[in-house]
Amino acid sequence: MQLIRIVGVVFFLAFLTPFIDKRLGKISGYLYALLPALLFTLLLKQLPDIIDRHFIIQSIDWFPLLHVHLSFYLDGLSLLFALLITGMGTLVFIYSGYYMQHYPMRGRFYFYILLFMGAMLGLVLANNLITLFLFWEITSFSSFLLIGFNHERPEARAAALQALLITGFGGLAMLAGFVLLGNVAGSYELTDLLQDGAVVKGSKMYMPLVLLILAGAFTKSAQFPFHFWLPGAMEAPTPVSAYLHSATMVKAGIYLLARLQPILGGTDLWQFSLGLAGAMTMLVGAYFAFTQFDLKKILAYTTISALGMLVLLVGIGTELAITAMVIFLIVHSLYKGALFMIAGAIDKTVGTRDIRHLGGMWPVMPVAAVATFLTLFSMAGLPPFLGFIGKEVIYDAKVQAPEIAVYLAILAVAANIFMVAVAFLFGHGVFFGKKKDPPKIPREPAIPLLIGPVVLSVTSLFMGIYPAILTQPLVLPAIDAVNASPVKLHIQLWHGLNLVFLLSVITVTLGLTLFFFRKPATKALRKFNQRYFKIEFADLFRKLVESFLSFTKRHTEVVQHGYHRFYLMLIFIVSSLLVWYQIYHTRGWGFEANWEEVPFYLIGISLLIITAALGAVFTRSRLVAIILLGVIGYAMAFIFILYGAVDVAITLILVETLVLVLFVMVVYHLPSYMPKYSRPTSRIRDGIIALVFGGFMTALVLKAEFIKISPPISDYFLKEAFTKGHGRNIVNVILVDFRGLDTMGETVVLMIAAIGVFSLLKLKPKKKKEE
Amino acid sequence: MSNPYSNIFRIAATKLRPLLFILSLIVLYRGHQQPGGGFIGGLMAASAYILYALAFNSAEARRKLPLSTSALLGTGLAVILVSGLLSVLAGEPFMTGMWTTLHLPFGQELHLGTPVLFDAGVYLAVIGVLLTIMFDIIDIE
Repeated sequence: MQLIRIVGVVFFLAFLTPFIDKRLGKISGYLYALLPALLFTLLLKQLPDIIDRHFIIQSIDWFPLLHVHLSFYLDGLSLLFALLITGMGTLVFIYSGYYMQHYPMRGRFYFYILLFMGAMLGLVLANNLITLFLFWEITSFSSFLLIGFNHERPEARAAALQALLITGFGGLAMLAGFVLLGNVAGSYELTDLLQDGAVVKGSKMYMPLVLLILAGAFTKSAQFPFHFWLPGAMEAPTPVSAYLHSATMVKAGIYLLARLQPILGGTDLWQFSLGLAGAMTMLVGAYFAFTQFDLKKILAYTTISALGMLVLLVGIGTELAITAMVIFLIVHSLYKGALFMIAGAIDKTVGTRDIRHLGGMWPVMPVAAVATFLTLFSMAGLPPFLGFIGKEVIYDAKVQAPEIAVYLAILAVAANIFMVAVAFLFGHGVFFGKKKDPPKIPREPAIPLLIGPVVLSVTSLFMGIYPAILTQPLVLPAIDAVNASPVKLHIQLWHGLNLVFLLSVITVTLGLTLFFFRKPATKALRKFNQRYFKIEFADLFRKLVESFLSFTKRHTEVVQHGYHRFYLMLIFIVSSLLVWYQIYHTRGWGFEANWEEVPFYLIGISLLIITAALGAVFTRSRLVAIILLGVIGYAMAFIFILYGAVDVAITLILVETLVLVLFVMVVYHLPSYMPKYSRPTSRIRDGIIALVFGGFMTALVLKAEFIKISPPISDYFLKEAFTKGHGRNIVNVILVDFRGLDTMGETVVLMIAAIGVFSLLKLKPKKKKEE
Repeated sequence: MSNPYSNIFRIAATKLRPLLFILSLIVLYRGHQQPGGGFIGGLMAASAYILYALAFNSAEARRKLPLSTSALLGTGLAVILVSGLLSVLAGEPFMTGMWTTLHLPFGQELHLGTPVLFDAGVYLAVIGVLLTIMFDIIDIE
């Protein structure tokens, strides 16, 4: 199987969306679901091979000199993530098929989300760190586009920008960390790095590179104190929240940590950073989830809590902790994806997702209610769901963690108590209790909206009941990959009566207690929050950005004042003074030009140029000035011809002609006389600057002949133009072959200039029609 | 605006436009061996149309173009990219020059390579850039 094709085909489909959407209209969403479904089955077929440890490594040279390759690696961990991405992707596309059908920019939505899916697959399948970074950035970018999808809402734009700034900052830090890691280990390939863990840990650069990489992982996975972008990201349409911001993208940081655990893990720094950030995030998320009103915000905070839990587990790093991490990863994706879909379905059918306006809806939407409760039981960690197994293993891992076991166990129980309470709060608030009057009359959500939650909750149920058949084959290879050694493990639903089970019972009991006293509890907590947790991280961050912007604005205004003549003046003065100083300092004043070799016609041309230049300075007519400038250009072209630069001469003549025409066109629209705009003093000042600059250019040209720091590259071009470039016109060979990339860049610059002129002249602000 | 231009100018512009255009193609083709090339060719072709636009008006000149000016821009860059990517398809790094010789009847040979295609892209892009800018300025009333 070619891994690059799996990634490539998604991107390919993404770029076809404009055409597909135009042809197929509303049903396109359901059709897109076929691709992830197909990829899911293809990937699932690889599972037996991966279990037998036949991993796939494929590589295509990209920048071989920099050790950057488009290389891909499929082992247990990447397979598990790829299955999550494609599996969830299938359900999300079906869901979007209905959810997005009336959105005006539907095609754009599918383009963004396919772009994301391709990038996310690339991220988890990449073997090269730089390739991984590339896909990592594409996921941040597509997340930005999707959060700001309802771009006419200022909140959505602000949330999108905030998410991009935070994850983008982390991504750049991570790139620096990757480069350090690559330098230390001598390779960017994960498969090589996995052999070199000891070298990396022993290196002096270990601490900076770990901190930089953690900045990337923590921002992406919304760890405290970067967590606040995730609740903001709820501005995105719900399919996006279900897909990117709970099941897949936010887990990219977890993936990276798990991937690097064998290379970087096991040190005090690693355990401390991950443990601290994870534990904080876990508690903060669970706590704030309890006091939210918006269904999606509740889910966002529980997601943060879950991400913290995952980071903490990677940090503990024991075999059991990694097992718990992998199982909980699956558990969380299943239940959180489902819950987001339900929240969106309720929002779509009822018209609100504010828990204060919802209640007592189970008789009208029984299917949704059953699916929700199945999912919530898994979230609360009740048997026989996979969530129960997940929580048991987590407790087990924490109880058996070295040194700090007691604290970790207490923290985990505390977070889980809130989780249980939130789960019941969510289910009860929506489906039981008093009936409220939401904006639309409640009815069962449409079938496409329910397929996802039903499939996910049933999967969670079956994976809990048959762990040996369904869960173990998926989980073991992934744990294997993180531990970098084979694992023998039995995952069971029932562990017997022991300390861990006791903790589970305590969690559920206390969670239920908290739920029953929800009214006084939430009231007290909200009051408490208002008094003591007044710091809004999102606001703080916004203020930081704003003050940074105003700071740079003040600085920029000094240099970028917008007066073209002052820019020119500054450039002329600085460059000529620097060069004058250099000439004075190193080369002395002697010019060894041989004046006797200069032919008489060249002197004539020079006199012509000088006369024309003087004339252009002193004439009062614009037209005359322009024509005299043209004369200078043509005369210079003549000099080029004399010295054999025919190409340059032709180009110069054509450019001079066109510029002349252009100037005439512009002058045509100006008054024909030239009034004295400048005062005599400023004219004298400009004259001095011009003379200094002109003198510098002359001196530079005269000296250039004698300054040879390294052998000129022209010899190489002369020698190789015909043999390697198949051309006798060296100028042309340089332009289109040796320096082709430069030419391409210049062409792009020209196009941007053309677009600039076009938008300045043609795009005038339209008058509003209402007026 | 009434017609401020002489008929001589108009006739000259009409006759010169195809001549300059053909000349620009020749310059483009010979550019790799002798003075010329895509940039110079593009300037020439563009000046043919600018001349025409000056004699008549920009709308008339636009009508004589096979593509819109913005389409010329896009096509030019696309041709440049394709010429660079052809070598990628052959498994070489981006923008590796690839050459082939076509044998034409009467013993003629045509030596073609991706750099020539690249030059053609530059040619189109230069025409597009110049005409976009010049036509817009001519349009200012």
